[in-house]
Order: sequence, then structure tokens, then C-alpha cells
Amino acid sequence: MIDFQYHSPTEMADVFELLDRHGDDARVMAGGTALVIQMKHRFAQPAHVIGLRRIPGLDTIAAEQNGGPGIVRVGALCTQRRMETDPLIAETLPLVAETFRRVATPRIRNMGTIGGGLVHGDPNQDPPPSLIALGASVVLTSASGERVVPVEEFFLDYYDTDVQPGEVLTSVLIPPAPPDSGASYMKFLPRTADDYATVSVAAMVQTGADGICRDLRIVLGSVGVTPIRATDAEELLRGHELSEANIRACSEAVKDAVDPLEDFRGSPEYKTDMAEVFTRRAISQAMASAGLA
Amino acid sequence: MDQHVSLKVNGADYDREIPARRLLVDFLRYDLGLTGTKEGCSVGVCGACAVLLDGQMIASCITLAVAADGAEITTIEGIAEGGELHPVQQAFIDHGGFQCGICTPGQVIAAKSLLDFNPSPTEHEIREWMMGNLCRCTGYYGILESVINAARTVQEQGR
Repeated sequence: MIDFQYHSPTEMADVFELLDRHGDDARVMAGGTALVIQMKHRFAQPAHVIGLRRIPGLDTIAAEQNGGPGIVRVGALCTQRRMETDPLIAETLPLVAETFRRVATPRIRNMGTIGGGLVHGDPNQDPPPSLIALGASVVLTSASGERVVPVEEFFLDYYDTDVQPGEVLTSVLIPPAPPDSGASYMKFLPRTADDYATVSVAAMVQTGADGICRDLRIVLGSVGVTPIRATDAEELLRGHELSEANIRACSEAVKDAVDPLEDFRGSPEYKTDMAEVFTRRAISQAMASAGLA
Repeated sequence: MDQHVSLKVNGADYDREIPARRLLVDFLRYDLGLTGTKEGCSVGVCGACAVLLDGQMIASCITLAVAADGAEITTIEGIAEGGELHPVQQAFIDHGGFQCGICTPGQVIAAKSLLDFNPSPTEHEIREWMMGNLCRCTGYYGILESVINAARTVQEQGR
């Protein structure tokens, strides 16, 4: 591996100072599961690595006082394992707990963090579709203040995010699913249980007593250079009856939203077909979790 | 440029000057001579390098030793007590939990870390937890049998 200097600051002011001094030569590290592998492969060759684990307060999970009912503020350094097992998350955000349970293996979940994973910007990861389906936001902090960005707008391109020079992702704000709704995360894993998804789909479906879909979100992973929200497909169901025909039409329309890359998990054509199948299943499971099916 | 690292490994304190790029697995094996921990895939996937960091199972092949500064590490060399094998180690011997042995330290560490917080796992929970530890000899049934029996011993002994 390349040589570099490791910094272990104990307050954010020092992180910003190091980022300012070293610019593009510096990389921030949380759990390190992504960055260390990138450095081993020389995809990343920073002269300075800034570890965040000694900064106090970056690993808290608490109900957010401002913003809206039920919003949970999660510190960027919370491990994926903690997201899976934390009682507040399990109670108020069951979709989030279930989604993080599907990430890699327990050993990696003990190391990888929610913030590090998001900044990594890999479109094959599990959490982004579910976080977007719930309308979560990230808090980006710099020496000059804070900026809140919806996760839906955070991913710009393949491994490229909206984190600007001098900024650090410090927390994630996650609202609960709305009342009278159900949510699901489907991960298509034809190879091994610890693989990235071939296709993944997060769905949130909100209904009225009349069986009409009041709102929904369908977000896919592993089928493009970023997570993809299928907004046009959603329109075929929003405001319409949650009938089998309408669900089929909506799921089929998802095929126009995706643009998968070819890899050893399958061809673009195959992944596009599977995106339809797993969208249908995700909507059904979301409805079932809302007691509708 | 070397940097200072202080680690407690299997109960003993170590202070060393090491390059920042030194991985924890290499620090354990080459700096401390604790060669029980193995390196397999080098990218966190196979589980051969599993150790406990402050009680939590991690992959030492993708952990910088300097980033673990101040932590308490437990390796396969540190889980027997007073000359008596840990119940997981004994169960792997009694129930054919290994063949060639290269994955075994990681398998044992993984099983111990499960039983540490869940002494009575279901077979499904064992399978889910051990999913990330690969055995190229494909000795998975023996491993599963070993962990099931280790859990029984741990429950009986309350350790």
C-alpha cells in the first residue's frame, strides 16, 4: 500500500483545518472498509488520512427535536451493525434496520458506518434506496456551517457525491414512513448471501381506506451509476387504485428508469427485467407490511 | 514516517512505532509474532483474518493498525483461559470443525463473538452470523455442528 500520514483529530475544527491545509491530498476515514481497500488497489492515494473515530458525538442516535415528528438523527460514525440493532431505529424505522441487516457480513457491519458508506458513493450499496424511499437527508458540515441535502440529490455520478471540498458528512436525518403506509427492501441475490445486489428495490406505499394509493416511492439500487428513483413509474400508481393491473403497469414502467451496467452479475437486459420483477414484489411486500395484502 | 501505536493484545500492552500503512493483520503477525490470525482474501470478504476489537469482530486485513490505537484486541491466541481451550475451540476438535485449518482461527473467533452476546442462537442465527467466514474445504456442516455444540457447552458453563 502507498505511504501516507494518519491523523487522529479530537475535534471537528482540526478536521476542517487539515482538509483546508491538504486539500485533494487528504481523505476522511470513518470505518475504513471502503477507503482502505481503495488504497490497497491504489484507486485512492491520499498523502493524508484523517480518521474521525476520536471526534466525540459522531456516533449518537437520537430523536431529532426540530424538523418534524419522529425524525431520527443518526451520527455519521454509527456502524452498520448498530443501525441494524439499535432499539430506537428498530422501533421507529424498521425498514432501516432491515436494510442494514442485509449489508455484507456481520464483520463488515461492525466496521462500516452509515456516513462512510454514503460518501463512498457506490451505487450497489443497500442503504441508499431505503433512505431515499423514506425521504432522508444528510448533514454536510464545513468550517463555515451546515448544509442539509436530501439523499435523493446527494449522488451525482458513479462514486461521485455532492460532498464539496472542506465538507464532512456528519449526520443523517431519517423520517419515519408516513402513517397508513408500508415499506419494504428487496435484494436480489442469486450468487452469495454477502454479495452486492444484482438488483435492489426499496418501496414505500401509502394508502387511504378506499384502496387508493395516496403516495409511494420506488427507489432502485445496482441498476445505474447512482441509486435511481423511478418517479415516472410512481405516477402510474399515485392517486390510483392499488389493483394488480396498476401495480403491474407501474413495475413495467420501472424498466424505462433504469440503466444497468454490465458485470458478472448479469447483462443490462437481464437486470432490467429483474428490476420489473423485484419492483412488483417490493410493492406487494410494502402493501403486506401495511396490512393491505 | 513511523507513527506511534499503543494496543492491548490478548491482555498484554504493546507500544510500537510503525508506518501508518501497516495493516492490523500484519502488525499482529510480523510485529508481534502472533501468526494464528491468517490473511486470506485481503479485502474483508473471507473472514480468515477475523479478530475482536473491543469485543467486536472485525477484519484485520482492512484495518489500519494506527486507526486501532488504544483498542483492546483479542486474537485466536488469546481465547483459551488458564491452559483450557475455549468451548468453541474444543467443539471444533470434537465435531470435525476443520480440515486444512487455514480458515479455522477466523471461524473460531466468529463463533465466539456470536456466543459472547447470544449464548443460545438458533441454527438459522448461526448460519446467518457465520455466513461471512469462508471454508475452501467446504467443511460447513462440521463447522455448524461445532458451533451448535459449543453453544451448549457455553450455556452449561455460563461463560
